[in-house]
Amino acid sequence: MSERAPLPHDELVEALAGGLRPVRRLPSPALRALIWCAAALGAGFALMPFADLEALHLRMAVPDLRYAALGALLTALTATVAAFQTSVPGRSLRWTLLPLAPAALWVSASGLGCLRTATVPGVAPPEAGGCFAFLIGVSLPLSLALVWMLRRACPLRPNLTAALAGLAAAAAAAVLLVPFHPHDATAADLALHGVAVLLVIGVNGLAGGRLLTRGG
Amino acid sequence: MVALALPAGPGLTARSAAGPAREHGVSLDTGLDRTLATAMAAAQAGDAEAYRRLLRACLPVVAGMARAQGVRPDAVDDVVQDVLLTIHRARATYDPGRPFLPWLRAITQRRAIDGMRRAGRRPREVHDPIAYEAEADGGPAPGAGLEARDRVRVLARAVAALPEGQRQAVEHLALGERSLDETAALTGRSKGALKVNLHRALKALRHTLGRDGPEADRAAADGADARERGTHDV
Repeated sequence: MSERAPLPHDELVEALAGGLRPVRRLPSPALRALIWCAAALGAGFALMPFADLEALHLRMAVPDLRYAALGALLTALTATVAAFQTSVPGRSLRWTLLPLAPAALWVSASGLGCLRTATVPGVAPPEAGGCFAFLIGVSLPLSLALVWMLRRACPLRPNLTAALAGLAAAAAAAVLLVPFHPHDATAADLALHGVAVLLVIGVNGLAGGRLLTRGG
Repeated sequence: MVALALPAGPGLTARSAAGPAREHGVSLDTGLDRTLATAMAAAQAGDAEAYRRLLRACLPVVAGMARAQGVRPDAVDDVVQDVLLTIHRARATYDPGRPFLPWLRAITQRRAIDGMRRAGRRPREVHDPIAYEAEADGGPAPGAGLEARDRVRVLARAVAALPEGQRQAVEHLALGERSLDETAALTGRSKGALKVNLHRALKALRHTLGRDGPEADRAAADGADARERGTHDV
C-alpha cells in the first residue's frame, strides 16, 4: 500500500520538463575535492604566523609524530575525495575504502607515539582540553564548508557521505593542530583526540546526513 | 532539440534492467545508453523536449530495474516517480562523458531500497500466525457467482411480474439509465406518469424482494404483490 496516491507518470514528466532550467554541470569530484583541500590548506597557512615553527621542526624529526601527521594529511585528502565521489550517483562504493589505509597509518603512528611516552605522566588537563577544543572548533567550519559543497551533488547514501566528510574534516583539523601541538602524544591526549575525531565523524554522519538529504 | 529514436520494447527493458546483457542485449544497451546520454546532455542545456523524451524513455527501464531489485508490483509506480524526481534533482551531476545507464541504475537501486525499507516499516500482521489465518480474503467468496446469478434471476422475475407501465418505468429509467424524456418518447407516457409508475414499481419490488428466498420467488412468479397492494399503472 503506497503512502500517497501516485500521479500519473505523464503528469510528473510534464511538470518536470515544463519547469526545466539549464543547469551548470558539476566539476568532477576530484576537482571539487581539490578545491576544498586548497581552502583547508589556505586556513592552515593563515594560522602559520601563530605557530612555533622551530618546535614543529623538532617534532617532525621524530618518526612516529611525522608519520602520524602524514597519516592525518593523507586521510584528509583521501576522505575528501571519497566523500565527493560518493556524492555522485553511479560512482563505485569502493571509493569509501580509499581513506582506510591512511587512517590506519594515522592511528597506528599516533598509538606508537603514545606507547613510547607511556611512562611519562599524562599531560595537564588544560592542554588536552585545548587540543580537544581546537579539533572541534576547526572541524566545525571545515565540515560545514564540505557539506555545503556536497549538497550541490546528490548523495544517494547521505549518511555515508557525511561521515566521510566528518573524517576528512577531523583529519584536516588534526593536520592543522600539528604546528600548535606542544607535546608528544600521551594516552590521555590520544584518547581525547580520538574522541574528538569520532565526535566529528558521528555528528557529521547524523546531522550532515540530514543536511544532505534534500526533498524528493 | 534531440530526437530520441529508441529501439524500445519489452525485451529491451528486461535486458537493460538485468545489468550485463546477453545475446543482443549489449548492442541494445549501448544504443539506448548513447541515446539517453545525448538527451541528458541536451536537458542539462535546457532542452525541455529532449528532457521530456528522456524521462518517458526512462519509465519502462526504471520499472524493469525496480522489479529486478525485488520491488513489489504495486510499489513499482512509487519507485518510478521517486527516481524521476531524483533524476531531476541530480541532473547536474551527470557527466555526458560517462555511460548513462549505470548512473540511472544507481539512482533506481537506491530508491528501490528506500521504498522497500519504507514498506518494511509499515505495520503488517504476517508475522502473527493467528492474524494471518484470520485475515479476510479480499477476493470473492466461493459461491459468490452463483449467489449473484440467483439475485439477478429473482430480480428479473420480480420485474417481469410488475404491471406493464411499472415494468417499462423500471426497465428504461432504472435499469436502462435513460432520461425521463427518452423514456416518455419510447413508451408514449407522460413524464409524470413515468415518475409515479417508477415510484410504485420500486415500492412493490422492495416489498417483494424483502421477503426470504423461496417466498420472494413465489411472489415474483405469480405477480401477486402489485395486485395485493393495489398499485396500478398510471
